[in-house]
Amino acid sequence: MMRIRIRFTKLGKVRFTSHRDGARVFERAMRKAQIAIAVSDGFTPRPKMAFGLALPVGAESLGEYLDVELVDRHDPAEFCELVNRGLPAGFDVVAAEEVTKADMSLQEDVVACSWLIELAGVSADVARGEIERVLATETLPMERSRKGESRMDDVRPAIEMLSVAVEQPVTLAATLATRTRGLRLNELLMVCFPDLDPIDVAGRVLRTNQWIERDGARRDIIPLPDAVVPTSAPQRVGV
Amino acid sequence: MSTVNTASLWPRLEPLLARVQKPARYIGCEDGAATPIHGAGKVAWLFAYPDTYEVGLPNQGLQILYEILNERDDAVAERTYAPWLDLEPLMRAHNVPLFSVDTHLPAGEFDVIAFNLSAELVYTNLLNMVDLAGVPVRTADRRPEHPLVIIGGHAAFNPEPLADFIDVAVLGEGEEVVSEINDVVREWKASGRTEGSRLAVHKALAQIPGVYVPSLYEVEYDGQRIAAITPKYSGVPEQVVKRTIADLGLWPYPKRPLAPLTEVVHDRLAVEIFRGCTRGCRFCQAGMITRPVRERPAEQVRTMIRNGLRSTGYDEVSLTSLSTADFSGIEQLVGDIVNDPTTCGQTSVSLPSLRVDAFTVGVAAGVANGRRSGLTFAPEAGSWRLRTVINKLITEEDLYGAVESAFSQGWSRTKLYFLTGLPTETDDDTLGIAELAANAAKIGRRHTNRASVTVSLGGFVPKPHTPFQWFGQNTVDELRRKVQLVRDATHRAKSVTVKWHDPRAALAEGLASRGDRRIGNVIERVWRMGGIFQEWTECFDVRRWEEAMAAEGLSMEWYVLRHREESEILPWDHLTAGLHKDFLWQDWQAALAESGVEDCRWTPCYDCGVCTGYGIEHVVASPIPPAGGSQGTGQDLATGGLLPEPVQVALGRRPRPEVDHSFAAGGVTA
Repeated sequence: MMRIRIRFTKLGKVRFTSHRDGARVFERAMRKAQIAIAVSDGFTPRPKMAFGLALPVGAESLGEYLDVELVDRHDPAEFCELVNRGLPAGFDVVAAEEVTKADMSLQEDVVACSWLIELAGVSADVARGEIERVLATETLPMERSRKGESRMDDVRPAIEMLSVAVEQPVTLAATLATRTRGLRLNELLMVCFPDLDPIDVAGRVLRTNQWIERDGARRDIIPLPDAVVPTSAPQRVGV
Repeated sequence: MSTVNTASLWPRLEPLLARVQKPARYIGCEDGAATPIHGAGKVAWLFAYPDTYEVGLPNQGLQILYEILNERDDAVAERTYAPWLDLEPLMRAHNVPLFSVDTHLPAGEFDVIAFNLSAELVYTNLLNMVDLAGVPVRTADRRPEHPLVIIGGHAAFNPEPLADFIDVAVLGEGEEVVSEINDVVREWKASGRTEGSRLAVHKALAQIPGVYVPSLYEVEYDGQRIAAITPKYSGVPEQVVKRTIADLGLWPYPKRPLAPLTEVVHDRLAVEIFRGCTRGCRFCQAGMITRPVRERPAEQVRTMIRNGLRSTGYDEVSLTSLSTADFSGIEQLVGDIVNDPTTCGQTSVSLPSLRVDAFTVGVAAGVANGRRSGLTFAPEAGSWRLRTVINKLITEEDLYGAVESAFSQGWSRTKLYFLTGLPTETDDDTLGIAELAANAAKIGRRHTNRASVTVSLGGFVPKPHTPFQWFGQNTVDELRRKVQLVRDATHRAKSVTVKWHDPRAALAEGLASRGDRRIGNVIERVWRMGGIFQEWTECFDVRRWEEAMAAEGLSMEWYVLRHREESEILPWDHLTAGLHKDFLWQDWQAALAESGVEDCRWTPCYDCGVCTGYGIEHVVASPIPPAGGSQGTGQDLATGGLLPEPVQVALGRRPRPEVDHSFAAGGVTA
């Protein structure tokens, strides 16, 4: 038995697959490579796999994570190569490392995510103006429903960083906290552009990092290796 | 002329996908997908499935032909599916035409758009997709630059309702004929597809056996009835005969099965283990038009499973055919799959189309290894009498034996599929459904408290090229009444639930199934009224069909509810699946006389016409029918089968049943 953690990218057409689809894609890729995944006990055994924070359908990412428990031991580098052979273009495992049961689950561990958000139909000046307005406020009350109950949250603390990163096409860079409740991408757009439908505002969206904290310092769960040149990275957002 | 060289529509489609449900159904990227390279010397085929991606992607016929054509140097094939209700209006608003999912090229740029039609209610989707492709929906309005619209699949055996909208219908199996069509289209393309060349290519295509070009035929009417269907030109065949491949073993396709990134209806590896069925169920169009039986060599099945699992990463195999438990050595095969050491014991098997008389504990145990979802059996009718009428010769004991096998091996849910509105059906027959279900549930409860039996009721729709093609379908009210009978009778039965299909949908299906060319206008009207995705409950509205019929001055009663006469010329009489019309009529008469016939794969020939007509024979590895129940051999069919063997309880080799091939012993009068 071994537990392995991988960092992978999701770029290009496959960004339209769901979180659930992604799980099946990885399951099949491992089976193709004849890598046995450990399964849960019980009447309907499930493969022991856990993902990081869900990525919205349609968003791309340079930093997705998966923990998987394997029946046999595998060299992490070799594991990357084997799994990549069975993945569709756009999904690429870029790094892997062994983790132990003592490591926190991905979902509990992540404190913030960084994003690049291409804007459609909003000029750089308008975007800058709205960002200044948002960052200048001390509190940003937002009505959100949770378990069927509506409540007022202050979402301002969740916006850790927000700026215009690229002028053409207008692209925002943002770092958003994921706890306690955090702020979703859609919610950020509603905060910045209250008069517009987020679906009209957002163009391509790229998650660049999922951050964890160790010894008071923030770092990537697994750093993106220097050698990685994503197959279909959106060059225009400067990645 | 068109050579596909237009830029991909992807950049224009991409922004729309942010606004629709399940956008992954439009991206392609499947394992096994081709990387098509188009060129002037290649015929560009677009295989189209007129339903959603989830329904269409698993279709094996489409996958097989897609792969065969992509292996050729002079052809290239891509795929498309019907865009769902949320994407279509966006496409129209943004002038994005129908696109292929492989490389997102415009559908109108292909040389051929080939539709797979497995059912009739999708006809309006075909029109919608042709229109979305920017191609005139009526064949007569198409010009040389437009693609040829071709249909194939089971519904193509009566293409008359679509005659005005298609260039070509292909009857039967496509493995060989696609290449012959490709040759003709390639030459047409090389000739520059000049003005007026469509007629020439139509005539050339009509020379290929199995290829029917409706526009080359004249239909004359005598009042409501058809007086004659005749070729307009010399050299066009008077009758078009379906295509059949003699040896399934020569066609081990798909070699690279498609495994999608998103969930589809049959999300597992499918391996076709045999084609054709001679059980002779009289309601079953598939069984009639796909004869004879051709088993795939067991060794090839194993190879296809091994390679398929390796290339897709699936952990479940579906062994497909019209009656999977009839495959010679099925228990051994299932056991081999689940015990294969290379798959870590993680592979499970699903067997669609199970006949209850061949579902033994041995098979159940093998299938049960792994996930146990529900099991479906199809007794089809509620009494032995009615089952002899429809020739589904399974006894009550067979059913209970199968149910016992299932529940004893750990299943807790069983679904029983029945048809109502069958010829000669009485209320006693209908009520028999409730009794069978209640008894099955009782058996289940002996094994588990969670036992449940779901009765699924379908309204019977008579299909062309079957002995029931002359039968007048039940009215909507009558079908409703029968559903209510079963519901009332099962009301108090423990653990039994009843589900049923909308009888109004059966009415529309009946119209499209046995319609003639005059129904074309009705289909177009329904489509123009917005009636697409008609097999989806949320989209179907029978009033559109009724309104369209009224507007055309046509009678639903005459087309759907009326019994046909022997002398009548049926709209599909110039098309044949190889079955003699005499044979079908005699079998219809035998049905009315409540007389069953045995399976000719293991007993003497009835001369239905297929084997003799094609000079081919059944390919069956074992001359002995599978054990465990009324296989139609050596039992007294007249009394409802007195001798079903007790279901074998041990896994492993079964005792060979005593086989008596003498006809008299079966007590059958042919």
